[in-house]
Amino acid sequence: MESERGGDMEQFAAIKRSKDGQAVRYLIVDDSVFARKNLARIVESFGGELAGEAGDGVSAISEYQRTKPDIVLMDITMPQMEGIEAAEKIVQQNPDARVVMVSSVGYQENIVAALQRGARHFVQKPVKPEVLYEVIKYVLGEDGVVAAATGAGA
Amino acid sequence: MKMELIQPFINAADAVLSQGLNSPMQMGNLTMEQDAYRRKGVAALVELSGDIEGRIIFDVAPRTATQIASKLAGAELPESDAMVREAVCELANQVIGNAIAALNDQGFHFRVHPPRLHTSEHGARSTTDIEAMVLCFETSSGSVYMNIALRYTNSAEAATAV
Repeated sequence: MESERGGDMEQFAAIKRSKDGQAVRYLIVDDSVFARKNLARIVESFGGELAGEAGDGVSAISEYQRTKPDIVLMDITMPQMEGIEAAEKIVQQNPDARVVMVSSVGYQENIVAALQRGARHFVQKPVKPEVLYEVIKYVLGEDGVVAAATGAGA
Repeated sequence: MKMELIQPFINAADAVLSQGLNSPMQMGNLTMEQDAYRRKGVAALVELSGDIEGRIIFDVAPRTATQIASKLAGAELPESDAMVREAVCELANQVIGNAIAALNDQGFHFRVHPPRLHTSEHGARSTTDIEAMVLCFETSSGSVYMNIALRYTNSAEAATAV
């Protein structure tokens, strides 16, 4: 579960795609339904839109091809195919893919492996929404723009 | 079981539960499990393999599990809801994952397997090979238990002996 604050979700100034001003589309990959739902809640608080979900690395690859999201949020420890391998395959097929690893097993070796194999960033679980927000802005770079502030998290 | 193995789990539980429930957590009893383990409610089991191997059961009474899951989800969940069980598994994943990360950075190398729901009423008792230790954490929603049964494998013992 990603937002461990419970209760009301803090609202952030929306991050939009700079090319068309539309919502940033996310593919959320985690074997836990609970984690996926909470991550979806967080990205919606950033003004994002859920493009798709997957519960393992193999499904993540096909879901990426189907949905072509702007950002992939990818767990590491998953059945069938782990997140780092899935990230590598997605990036091999789609060099512009932006994959952010979101995992509790954030030890140095794992982080380095993920970055070497194509991930753009690593976020430690439990996810702090304000941390993920900054990571999303960083990873999008000039392809993302922050809309007018709407809440305290802006 | 050496304290160097247990402390990362205590630290991780403190960090994850305190953040998740948005209130401080207190360490309760720490006991050796002499008898066969008896499940208390909604339980998730995580297996480890590598320099350290064994299993950890993350166990919460049904009412406490519902309260914790509801807080994490930001909405009231019924006790029977599958999301309550999912929440306990994910919480186990986070606590154990954070502890594993700390141990890994200390030089232990092992693999953590995805959590799965532990439905058996009982678990294996301590043996001369593997001691089971039960940690109790007192949260604002009730007690959370972690039953940890780990042992060093030969490769880890060789590394620590150097």
